[in-house]
Amino acid sequence: MDNKKRTVIQALAALIQNADFRGFFHPGVSQAATKQVCVPGLNCYSCPSAVGACPIGSLQNSLSSWSFKFPYYIVGLLIFFGVLLGRAVCGFLCPFGFIQDLLHKIPFFKKIKNFRADRYLRFIKYAVLIIFVIVLPLCVKLTPFFCKYICPSGTLAGILLAFSDTGLFRLFGSMFMWKACVLGIIVLASVLIYRPFCKYLCPLGALYALFNKIALVQMKTDETKCTSCKACFRACDMCVDPSVNPNSAECIRCGKCISACPENAIKYCFVSKKSKVISDK
Amino acid sequence: MKRTISICLLAAGAALVAIGCSKGQPASVLAKAVTVCLECIGIG
Repeated sequence: MDNKKRTVIQALAALIQNADFRGFFHPGVSQAATKQVCVPGLNCYSCPSAVGACPIGSLQNSLSSWSFKFPYYIVGLLIFFGVLLGRAVCGFLCPFGFIQDLLHKIPFFKKIKNFRADRYLRFIKYAVLIIFVIVLPLCVKLTPFFCKYICPSGTLAGILLAFSDTGLFRLFGSMFMWKACVLGIIVLASVLIYRPFCKYLCPLGALYALFNKIALVQMKTDETKCTSCKACFRACDMCVDPSVNPNSAECIRCGKCISACPENAIKYCFVSKKSKVISDK
Repeated sequence: MKRTISICLLAAGAALVAIGCSKGQPASVLAKAVTVCLECIGIG
């Protein structure tokens, strides 16, 4: 996959999920009926132009409700998106992932590709999913913990909302300052490290990572063509080695390894009936 | 085997969505999504 094509798809996906531009000129959020459908990526429903609901926000809202009912609809949509696309959602459809991609294009004298703690930090996102998105909202009612304390997409939505409703600026207090710091750290880190939020904190990425090995969209490495030159590993910004594990939980299906492979040994494919064809060495 | 698991899970996801729709859950998602989430934007 050509990286420019992917950027166009990401931009289109972000635009489609934020197509109600009236929100930027009037106070409040979009009232579109389409907001009963959860979008696959992380896109706060309080963003003035959002035309879909955030799946993580909706899930927490449902779990922390006083009248708890199992959220069949939201869980069903998350399973559906996860099995259909896996982390291709992160690579192609998530607006916050797209923002991080753009931030990483800002030139800086030294980009950090890998560091010692990286592999351990990646487990944090699973803890965020379990603790902040599921357990705490179930235990403490009416509090979406991830949205309240971490979600940078919500902070960005708040800043955009405040431009159309300047009265909101007066309401920003210590909680907003905390969230602005989290957003600031993620923005700065994104210039240095490729997608730090996706790698270390995103609960949606953690959820889709669980489906990556069985998602319909897969990567396939042809063992007969692969010379283990590791060009794919060097090209991968998520630090995945497709010659060893083409369907790693960390692979966002960006396709940079496909372009980098001199032997054309890596390609996209649909999940196969014959497990040997898809090589997870 | 892998494909069978994927298709079964896809069907399970679709079934859960259908159950949720029959219980009117999209309406509660909409009700939350059309109001400003104060916690999300850092006020609540």
